[in-house]
Amino acid sequence: MVKFLPLKEAVTENLHDGDTVAFEGFTHLIPTAAAHEAIRQGFRDLTLIRMTPDLIYDQMIGMGMARKIIFSYVGNPGVGLLRRARDAIENGFPRSIEIEEHSHAGMANAYEAGAAGLPCAVFRGYRGAGLASVNPNIRSVTCPFTGEVLAAVPAIRPDVSFIHAQKADSKGNVLVEGIIGIQKEAVLAAKRAVVTVEEVVDSFDDLHPNLTVLPSWTISAISVVPGGSHPSYAHGYYVRDNAAYLEWDEIAADRDRFQAWMQANVIESTAGDFAARVEHLRPAA
Amino acid sequence: MSEDQKLGFTPNEMMTIAASRALKNDDVCFVGIGAPSAACNVARLTHAPDITLIYESGTIGTAPDVLPLSIGDGELCETAVTTVAVPEMFRYWLQGGRISIGFLGAAQLDKFGNINTTVIGDYAHPKTRLPGGGGAPEIATSSKEIYITMAQTKRGMVEKIDFFTSFGHGEGGDHRKRLGIDTAGPTLLITDLAIWKPDPVTKEFTVVSLHPGVSREQVQATCGWVVTFAEALDETPPPTELELKTLRNLQARTKAAHEGTAKEKAA
Repeated sequence: MVKFLPLKEAVTENLHDGDTVAFEGFTHLIPTAAAHEAIRQGFRDLTLIRMTPDLIYDQMIGMGMARKIIFSYVGNPGVGLLRRARDAIENGFPRSIEIEEHSHAGMANAYEAGAAGLPCAVFRGYRGAGLASVNPNIRSVTCPFTGEVLAAVPAIRPDVSFIHAQKADSKGNVLVEGIIGIQKEAVLAAKRAVVTVEEVVDSFDDLHPNLTVLPSWTISAISVVPGGSHPSYAHGYYVRDNAAYLEWDEIAADRDRFQAWMQANVIESTAGDFAARVEHLRPAA
Repeated sequence: MSEDQKLGFTPNEMMTIAASRALKNDDVCFVGIGAPSAACNVARLTHAPDITLIYESGTIGTAPDVLPLSIGDGELCETAVTTVAVPEMFRYWLQGGRISIGFLGAAQLDKFGNINTTVIGDYAHPKTRLPGGGGAPEIATSSKEIYITMAQTKRGMVEKIDFFTSFGHGEGGDHRKRLGIDTAGPTLLITDLAIWKPDPVTKEFTVVSLHPGVSREQVQATCGWVVTFAEALDETPPPTELELKTLRNLQARTKAAHEGTAKEKAA
């Protein structure tokens, strides 16, 4: 049964050292507040899954929380590189990390297989691609009907997935809209799911019947965190803080500046601070 | 007076505009971020108003007023015909064969249109870890054709790429066919200096058109492989007033929009 919890408790109850965890959101609805809470609680040896690691995994990797990352694009979208992740991969700082690299198609199919309860995903992919020779989890199967050789990757089955969404109703059903990315698959593929939302409304009675709604019984905990995906965005609530993404490139370029930023903006901060960070990004009333 | 001032446009503007001209009104184009995104939107705002632009975030038939910084900016969703989930994007629309043109950029490119955006150096111990492939490995093989656009440098256009992020024509010739890949692969390369097309047999990129004011020597000096020029070499028509105005206005709107959040923060 879903529980409405303060974010701190939701994270404590659902995330543990050594877990395989996905914080998903494809550019949109990135669960930054949940990632920051995980950083404050100082989890170790995590296997982090995310299609586009983005700023939150740069931060978690930079804080030494990750043992392994499974990903398909380790960049700052539109800006360039993720400098903390690079430091870990190139120099083993602050610790060496294992990497398992896929394409977006590979990850998307693997999440879908996880949600579908299948052991692996089968698709037409990685043809001629170098990843197939450096990632032992990229294999192939032969179609029993046509003989076509297809790519196979193991299903993604996180211990826990975190997503951010627009809203929950009072019963704990969750609405995701806009660029829905991989949110639904990440929740349904996981053993446990924690959702942060912008707000809670009485009911979803007036919604269009085909919208992406995750029923309450697919979710372990919901926390209300307005602004909780900043500097990503929540469609209908506030826009992407592109300037913050540009700024991150400079912050993460330097180990000391990164630590100082994390101390001021994450360690000595709370989930309640997110609302103020998006104030200037909300549409004018 | 610099070369740009004499011509009235920069090499990068010429690149974006030449790339935009390659797109047709009935194309369904999977858009890579950066240079491809600018070219695709200039095409939409000039000669190809009905082109379908698709970004990997799931936005189909999008018409952004400003260029997105990421492939998932809200503007893309707000102006799209429909927005689908990422698995659907890659399974039904790309793998399903609905994409006529995949438009990619490259960090490293070889003469057969193979692209590296993964690592410089050895994969396990990279000198520089780049972002990686994202959607590109499957865009490169599932789109009917691939266009590539990048500014020329010796570091970028190399004899041998360090990693095969996206397969072009492999070792050339019929390498795609031998791997069972039935799509055309790279058919066009637009740089800041020239337009290139693959030789029909060897599949090596060959210069077919030089941009205005560009010499063969300049093309060779900024390319890491020995360049082959077509026998009948064209000159790319310079940007029209409309093309230049459209591109510059789009970039000005984009710059204002992306800096806007920072300014408001400071205010």
